Amino acid sequence: MSALAPLLTKRWGDERSWTLESYRRAGGYEALAKALALTPGEVLATVKDSGLRGRGGAGFPTGVKWSFLPPPDGGPRYLVVNADESEPGTCKDIPLLMADPHSLIEGIAITAYAIGCHHAFVYLRGEVVHVYRRLLAAAREAAEAGLLGPSVMGSGYDLRLTVHAGAGAYICGEETALLDSLEGRRGQPRLKPPFPAVAGLYARPTVVNNVESIASVPWIVLGGADWWKSMGTEKSTGVAIYSLSGHVARPGQYEAPLGVTMRQLLELAGGVRAGHELKFWMPGGSSTPMFTPEQLDVPLDYDSVAGAGSMLGTRALQVFDETVCVTRAVTRWMEFYAHESCGKCTPCREGTFWLRAVLRRIEGGQGRAEDMQILDDIPKSIVGRAFCPLGDGAPSSLVSSLKFFREEYLRHIELGRCPFDRRASELFEEADR
Amino acid sequence: MTYAPQILDTLRGEAAEVIARYPSPRSALLPLLHLCQSVDGYVSPDAIAFCAETLGLTGAEVSAVATFYTQFKRQPNGRYTLGVCVTSLCAIMGGDSIFDRLSEYLAVGHDQTTADGLFTLERIECNAACDYAPVMMVNWEFFDNQSPASAVRLVDDLRAGRPVRPTRGPDTLATFQDVARVLAGFEDGRAGEGPAAGAPSRAGLELAAANGWSAPPIRVGQAATPDAVASSPAPPSAPAPSAKAPPAELGGAAAAEAGRTGSDTGQQEGKVAK
Repeated sequence: MSALAPLLTKRWGDERSWTLESYRRAGGYEALAKALALTPGEVLATVKDSGLRGRGGAGFPTGVKWSFLPPPDGGPRYLVVNADESEPGTCKDIPLLMADPHSLIEGIAITAYAIGCHHAFVYLRGEVVHVYRRLLAAAREAAEAGLLGPSVMGSGYDLRLTVHAGAGAYICGEETALLDSLEGRRGQPRLKPPFPAVAGLYARPTVVNNVESIASVPWIVLGGADWWKSMGTEKSTGVAIYSLSGHVARPGQYEAPLGVTMRQLLELAGGVRAGHELKFWMPGGSSTPMFTPEQLDVPLDYDSVAGAGSMLGTRALQVFDETVCVTRAVTRWMEFYAHESCGKCTPCREGTFWLRAVLRRIEGGQGRAEDMQILDDIPKSIVGRAFCPLGDGAPSSLVSSLKFFREEYLRHIELGRCPFDRRASELFEEADR
Repeated sequence: MTYAPQILDTLRGEAAEVIARYPSPRSALLPLLHLCQSVDGYVSPDAIAFCAETLGLTGAEVSAVATFYTQFKRQPNGRYTLGVCVTSLCAIMGGDSIFDRLSEYLAVGHDQTTADGLFTLERIECNAACDYAPVMMVNWEFFDNQSPASAVRLVDDLRAGRPVRPTRGPDTLATFQDVARVLAGFEDGRAGEGPAAGAPSRAGLELAAANGWSAPPIRVGQAATPDAVASSPAPPSAPAPSAKAPPAELGGAAAAEAGRTGSDTGQQEGKVAK
């Protein structure tokens, strides 16, 4: 198997790759034509059989999720694409939509056909206006070319697509909060069950999938389930985009078969920045427990990462070298969660608020010995007690950092200041300060 | 409402277009708030009243939504929102220093606007561009790989009215209000400007091309149904033999693409039939 296998990223270097003309020249919409010649049940079975797992973080099998929809009752059923990419470190869907929006639209058309949906939605975070321009233009182009709208490609199957921009809220990445937001409300999670498959958008059966999951669908239809399964591992099939950021020589997007290791990816990205060494890294975003150099050889598939005590999440691999203060990094993540907590449940709203206060105190040099006990205790009141998974994930970086780097917190308290020089971590030259 | 009659007429017409995109009118609330921001520069009392009247909601219901989302401003916003990402990774790579420098240079803090109404400074959370850290978003356009010095230069250029170009965005920077109109779902004709992707976005793609790495070939005639014939085994990790010419059975468009990328890179891109 090749070290890298660009499929979803394959067209990102093409001339004006975001246009319908460029996409079609690269073979675009051939998968849709192929899917429309099959029955919806056959398309669904192919995706189910491919083993594709959700690329938005949770890793639930995509085809199985589709199959949870109740039998048609004559009323509408919806597909909603989650393009609210906001998990810290995650930066794959936004470049995909900027460079190759038609791959998402083709995936939407195939998926909607498979699940019997006639009105699909993309919920894009609002803070990326150029991506929204590209999506709006692509949806218009596709409709003008008969790839959306009445009788898609002359098949008799109708599909409407609405591309919607949010307005700045991390919580809208949680699927039920996203649906509330799309209904014009505050984005707060709903009690489950009922799950969206049964009562989602406007209380109708709804599938919510991540951008990368849906953009994988045309490839699976084109190549077949067995071709897809020939890549990756037995339980984590296919390819996926790995995003490397931070203290690496060549940060960026690396699409590889699932199961590649961080050691391999770091090597491909030119290693940790010159003259420095790896201190810690986040495998799947800031809501997943951190890893150290000891986990460099863990295969980055769903089950192996879980077995090593973290989560594959969104494959948002954030790299930090020895210049970085763990207390500062964790404080910043806690500031993020406190800011983004939707306020619906007490464990997350109050827990992240007080953890932020205590962490700021320690990082600022006013920490007290008893603060360590507070840092140990509060996460126990959040994890497993929050209303939604985003709350449950909020203390992950803190808890894991206390396991690996407890003495660093203690040093802040003993010294009454941060022992690190923040300038040593920065990426710009002295002249650019 | 204090909107002038002709503004109100236009707003009502555009609101009807927005509402028509959704099965339920209330779904139009977020885009309508963006639209009102494009008129007033923030979510004004008029905006609350207009959205409430248009959608049959109470002012309290509209306010509850408007105060939940950070992109909706409760006081007049500057012509340019300078957003500095200060979530962990960007903060550590230099975002903290960029924010501090800008705050000192402009003499405003987070969510404050300069006296001349030009700039609103904001600490923003992760904007999905971590491979370009440290990142700034100006009016929600990407300004990648920033430094304190580049941020100050950007401010000076905007103040002097010199053209400013986002790293991955349109050729020139639009105003906060113009961008709010796009966020309401009204195209401004600028989707075709700017690059497809920056260098980090293409890092893996270019490395794969240089080494001849690709996914296993898709065999023509491979059925999409679950009982399809098994595909050929994966190629070895060493660069596979050159396959510049695409298989003859491929569709025209696929063949053209396979041949084109193969000849562009001199590598084995032609192996994958798409």
